Amino acid sequence: MDKMPKWADVVLIPLISLILAAFLSALVILAIGEDPIAAVKLMVSGALGSTYGWGYTLYYATNFIFTGLAVAVAFHARLFNIGGEGQAMLGGLGVAMACLYIPWPHWTIALLAAAAASMLFGAAWAAIPAYLQAKRGSHIVITTIMFNFIAAAFLNYMLVNVMRPEGSMDPATERFPEAVHLPTLHDLLAPIGISFSKAAPANVSFVVAILACFVVWALIWRTRLGYEIRAYGHSETGALYAGISPVRITIVAMLISGALAGLMAINNVMGEAERLVLNATEGAGFIGIAVALMGRSHPFGVFLAAILFGFLYQGGAELALWTSIPRELIVVIQALVILFTGALDNMVRMPLERIFLSLGRKRRNVGETAPLPDASHSTTQD
Amino acid sequence: MTVPAIELKGISKSFGPVQANKNISISVAPGTIHGIIGENGAGKSTLMSILYGFYKADAGEIRINGQKTEIPDSQAAIAAGIGMVFQHFKLVENFTVLENIVLGAEEGGLLAPSLARARKELKELEEEYELFVDPDKRIDEIGVGMQQRVEILKALYRKAEILILDEPTGVLTPAEADQLFRILHRLREEGKTIILITHKLREIMEATDTVSVMRRGEMTATVKTAETNPEQLAELMVGRKVLLRVDKVPASPGKPVLEIENLRVTDEAGVERVKGIDLTVRAGEIVGIAGVAGNGQSELLEVLGGMRPGTGTIRLNGDPLPLSGRGSDGQARRAQHIAHVPEDRQREGLIMDFHAWENVAFGYHRDPAYRRGIFMDNAALRADTERKIEKFDVRPADGWLAAKNFSGGNQQKIVVAREIERNPDLLLVGQPTRGVDIGAIEFIHKQIVALRDQGKAILLVSVELEEIFSLSDRIAVMFDGHIMGERLPHETDEKELGLLMAGVSGEAA
Repeated sequence: MDKMPKWADVVLIPLISLILAAFLSALVILAIGEDPIAAVKLMVSGALGSTYGWGYTLYYATNFIFTGLAVAVAFHARLFNIGGEGQAMLGGLGVAMACLYIPWPHWTIALLAAAAASMLFGAAWAAIPAYLQAKRGSHIVITTIMFNFIAAAFLNYMLVNVMRPEGSMDPATERFPEAVHLPTLHDLLAPIGISFSKAAPANVSFVVAILACFVVWALIWRTRLGYEIRAYGHSETGALYAGISPVRITIVAMLISGALAGLMAINNVMGEAERLVLNATEGAGFIGIAVALMGRSHPFGVFLAAILFGFLYQGGAELALWTSIPRELIVVIQALVILFTGALDNMVRMPLERIFLSLGRKRRNVGETAPLPDASHSTTQD
Repeated sequence: MTVPAIELKGISKSFGPVQANKNISISVAPGTIHGIIGENGAGKSTLMSILYGFYKADAGEIRINGQKTEIPDSQAAIAAGIGMVFQHFKLVENFTVLENIVLGAEEGGLLAPSLARARKELKELEEEYELFVDPDKRIDEIGVGMQQRVEILKALYRKAEILILDEPTGVLTPAEADQLFRILHRLREEGKTIILITHKLREIMEATDTVSVMRRGEMTATVKTAETNPEQLAELMVGRKVLLRVDKVPASPGKPVLEIENLRVTDEAGVERVKGIDLTVRAGEIVGIAGVAGNGQSELLEVLGGMRPGTGTIRLNGDPLPLSGRGSDGQARRAQHIAHVPEDRQREGLIMDFHAWENVAFGYHRDPAYRRGIFMDNAALRADTERKIEKFDVRPADGWLAAKNFSGGNQQKIVVAREIERNPDLLLVGQPTRGVDIGAIEFIHKQIVALRDQGKAILLVSVELEEIFSLSDRIAVMFDGHIMGERLPHETDEKELGLLMAGVSGEAA
């Protein structure tokens, strides 16, 4: 620390990374003969210019908050959970079973039950790689990514052979009953006089996602378990010294991570599709990795990064719809953002650190004895 | 007057608010051994890192042989004829000596010609400086003393005229250290200039021609070694009079607290590191385990602390302790009033990125005193931290600083405060003053002795013979996983212990 003020670390670096990614994206758009300014305008108006756009942006963001938190919790224990995608798929299966096979009197109870089922299924899917890592030393990156494929195949089997309604050619479950229909933001905001687009899929899960941010924050920084997870993540030998069982922390952190990824299903399966389809997760599990990286594994950062990626998703869809910019290019733009904010973090960080260092020195040289910066009070924590 | 081999003028360097080097000027005459001594955190390593191109000084200039020289990176340092032997060797374990020496100085795409040339040059170097090593042995097959020679040869192979050694004797037996000093004297005869960084006064007195003392980033004095004495140097380092030996009354041991019977420990690689040890530590005594690093002391301490599995019997106050080595053992040990100051505070005793107050709970984070409902009672913890910081004079007295932002001595004070303030029945202490400044050493030693005087049992593991002598009421020497013998400090001397540490059995010694 002391190299840079905290705000530069959490605000400036992501911002510069984003600008770089945007600049490169603009060049790519120019190269295929389109107008980047017009493209940006279209993205902004499409994603943020109407409550309809916002409804989609927040819907995507909700997915990314859950998967981002999932990756973030595992990160704190220095576990790289790439299996968010598969855990979210299994979460969807849990939601579908809870909604289809039990008659619920009201959506609130159904939401609780579906949430519990999705978390259980997601956690169970994460438990196997966690066990293999903790007890057998199989690398969690490899096993979780493999488990994504197994999850996809398993879901395929379930939808085609078990849960497909008779006579249907579509590998999907039937629609969930009307009683488990989750209120959309339109339904929630109408009573307080705010009119929100009826057609947009954002729903009450967004509120659950915000809640989840608070719970994860409290878990990581306020509980003994969170303390142990962070301690283990910083130093495994230290954890052993302190009587923190690496096996236990690996498994518990992965269970929580898997449960959070699974919980995403209340948004996309229960809130939006209202039935379980193939590929319901649409890659949100992977976006979660970028979201967690960009959000510095802090729930608030994850929240902001998820909104940003929600915007990119929705804006990108608008681009594909209204311009001749092909769908693939949208993926390129998103990939650039991930590349710059996640993988190339140090490329921006190092020169910036140097600038701050020389700035700090100048300041000290001007005033004879500048007071010590009081940055220490906000170092690593909350 | 001859041109100095190295001249630093007005070097300043700060890291954020911490000024590590303040306007340092030093001049080292060619063909001399120049010692730099100072407390940990005094800025010795920073100064040498600037000289070796790891850091860039904020101000000041470096002159090599009278020439103003910019050293932006280590390549430039090597080009300027500076060689560095680090405290932790930078060798590739599964490469041979020869390959390590060539590493980074290869010429062309093929290795064979470089190796052949290196072999020839190495032979010449060896004969010139009497630095013999077998070039075809792998690094992991040779001892630490030899590895250090390889580091020195590496520097010489790169045509170093100025050799910097950072705490070179930390891992050596007394005999190996003596050998090192003979090599250094030989190098000096051949006209090399040597800078020796150490915190051991004895080494400064024995090996150097001139000594510079650093304190809190400043160079407080440069004196001819012949014209000074250890007491004066210690005072210059700390800024006040220091007790070099611990004041303590004779021990009055009571009943056995810790009883170890036939303890065996096998490490992850399947190598038996502790080979059937019997040892008893009684209430009110300090038992010191002496030995060269890597002879099973660390593993012994880790088993006792619950960090590793072992076989055999360990009893505390008559009750057997579990030896499963599972992560949860550490908690059980603490519940049984065993406190543990681990050997490596940075990797074990502290979480470096945690605040000081978070570290004060480390290992005791499940203590009900720090609990409020399902949450941790951070306010109580911070209040407790403030008390400990005050009592143990941790500086800076800021519980919000991350552990990594404290100096080594203050980090260790945090660990010692946490463990001793638990008022344990048995205190396990590993290398309590490694990388700790003299002022803090004195303080930590006093705390350990005070705990003994309260009738607690203390097991001390240290590679510093001086520390073993000044603290222990009984000394056990470990070599190759065995206890070679037990001695009383007033009935033995460094020579006898040195032989035991080298594996010469008790009867012969």
